[in-house]
Amino acid sequence: MSIHPEQTAASDPRLVRFGRYLADNPVIPLIAFLFFLISLLEVMRPGIVLPFLGGREGIISTFWVGNLIKFAIPLAMIAACQVLTMLTAGIDLSAGIVATCSAFVCATLMPLIGPVPAVLIAMAVGVVVGLVNGFGVGVVRVHPLIMTLGTGLIATGCLQVYQRFVIATGTEIPAFLEWLGTGRTFAMPNGLFLFIPFAIFIIWLMRATGFGRLLFALGSNEHAAKLSGVRSWQVFLALYALSGLIASVAGLLYLGMIRAPSLSLANPLMLPSVAAAVIGGTSIFGGRGSFAGAIVGALILRVIDTMLTLLQMPEGARIALFGLIILLVTALYVRITGTR
Amino acid sequence: MTRLVQKHAWVLGLLVLLIALLGITKLIQPSFGATGLESLARAALPFAFATAAMAIVVIVGGIDLSIASMMAVCGVTAAVLMQSMGAVPAIVITLCIGTAMGAINGALIVITKVPDIVVTLAMLFVWEGVALLILSTPGGNVTEAMQGIIGGSILPGLPMALVVMAVAIAAVWMPVRRSKIGLSIYAVGSDELAAFRSGVSVGWTKVAAYALCGVLAAMGGMSLIMLTGIGEPVPGPYLLASVAAVVLGGVVLGGGRGGLLGPIIAVFILRIIRTILTLAAVDPNVTTIVEGVIMVAVVMLGAIVTYRGVRA
Repeated sequence: MSIHPEQTAASDPRLVRFGRYLADNPVIPLIAFLFFLISLLEVMRPGIVLPFLGGREGIISTFWVGNLIKFAIPLAMIAACQVLTMLTAGIDLSAGIVATCSAFVCATLMPLIGPVPAVLIAMAVGVVVGLVNGFGVGVVRVHPLIMTLGTGLIATGCLQVYQRFVIATGTEIPAFLEWLGTGRTFAMPNGLFLFIPFAIFIIWLMRATGFGRLLFALGSNEHAAKLSGVRSWQVFLALYALSGLIASVAGLLYLGMIRAPSLSLANPLMLPSVAAAVIGGTSIFGGRGSFAGAIVGALILRVIDTMLTLLQMPEGARIALFGLIILLVTALYVRITGTR
Repeated sequence: MTRLVQKHAWVLGLLVLLIALLGITKLIQPSFGATGLESLARAALPFAFATAAMAIVVIVGGIDLSIASMMAVCGVTAAVLMQSMGAVPAIVITLCIGTAMGAINGALIVITKVPDIVVTLAMLFVWEGVALLILSTPGGNVTEAMQGIIGGSILPGLPMALVVMAVAIAAVWMPVRRSKIGLSIYAVGSDELAAFRSGVSVGWTKVAAYALCGVLAAMGGMSLIMLTGIGEPVPGPYLLASVAAVVLGGVVLGGGRGGLLGPIIAVFILRIIRTILTLAAVDPNVTTIVEGVIMVAVVMLGAIVTYRGVRA
């Protein structure tokens, strides 16, 4: 084998070792970067995070931290769809639309059939879309990018048709979703009651279960995994169904947070969720990823969002800067760790 | 002759399908004729440019998620420029801007070594923001002469829009396809390492491919404002449509195989399906569903065919 250019460039052994350490523990530099961004925010607007610097009471603004976490939760949940699917070198671009669909279905069915059936049907919607994705990716072997874009398009069309049947019934949001979405306990958002068990479950699923190992195996080398007896289509079917379920739960939580169902409710979360997963150190080519990183990635994106709002930039400049920052963070990450 | 047929089997199949669909349209709506073809070609114009742009980057082994945003930037730029200057300088400047945007995408991919899909995802936001900065609400104007270019037919059954599209895409693609850079694009797409070891400059080839994609996206953006007569800063639904048409057109995701003819025929197939559904008085929302199902089904069929081919 010839010597790779990257290896010769980073000739300092300590730097190489440091890079490898970071590659194995992507969460550490990310948390450092998160704190850097937060301190930058504090410099821009003294007192927003640490009220005593702005002449007010309190050491840390629990309100601000709570708000940050509250808005990062749905993003992190949809990023979980991306992390899980990216482990197998896939992607789930239908997640945002699935979240919107389940939120809309839940809000419109609630006045008709009550909260529990409405929530169950909304989650079933996510699973059905996920199963279609899984069928396309696992059985028919369509590229996940195209398959999920396509099911997203179909789901949008179905939602528009569905909307005209329920236009007269009105909408209502289940009380417990509102409690989860907007309520606070000890200044922290109630969404954490859902999110913490969820995050533990995902991390456990990825690190400690056979299913998680199958995902890593399929992403690292699908052919080798198949030769070792993995029935890949079953794994893909389960994976995308799970991804659809996660997306629909995230949509329900977001519904409780925004409290106004619309036909494009969670769609703006779609592309940032990919960004959160990528910033969090998940490889889009499969085989490597961590959900803890994606959670920090979601927090980073929310802090950046706040900064851009504070700067009072025109909408266009905000969107453009958002894109540039995603690019910069990923480029830095690739440069430091020497991996893709 | 048989070899020629075998080599272009996929494209020929698409052509047969397109003709069959045109026949079905004629059956449903006996009055479907020259005007129907004209409106079909006009509606397909931005999709065709977006698809050609996407096809080139897919052939080089990448993907460009920012195509719709680049089209929006070029559309608003042209619309704003045409308020103060003639159509020709405005078109030239817009084409240069499109090339520059594409080259920036390519250069960022090469320099940062971040995967194409992530870079262009980030650039999707950047270009969308730039379009909004140029023009925050739909506006600008398009000269009458330019809107006139794509109306009518040269010969009966040969819409002007189709000719404009064929000439524009051929003017970009033919010189490239016949020269060293075209060969390099296919080489890098099929095996980057092998191309590198054969002395192909991988970085420059990628930048060139993305720049070509930018030129075609600029044309797509301008065709869009020719259709609507106004600059619109919000990206249209061209991403999924172009990816679906590229795959349906026989270009393999991953690079190295396929041409531009197949994807462009595929655009017309997808458009004519929409026409048929409209003529059959299907609810437009249901049309979206049917269109999506057809795109997915076709892509699935293509996947089965290639998968069987690989296994056999």
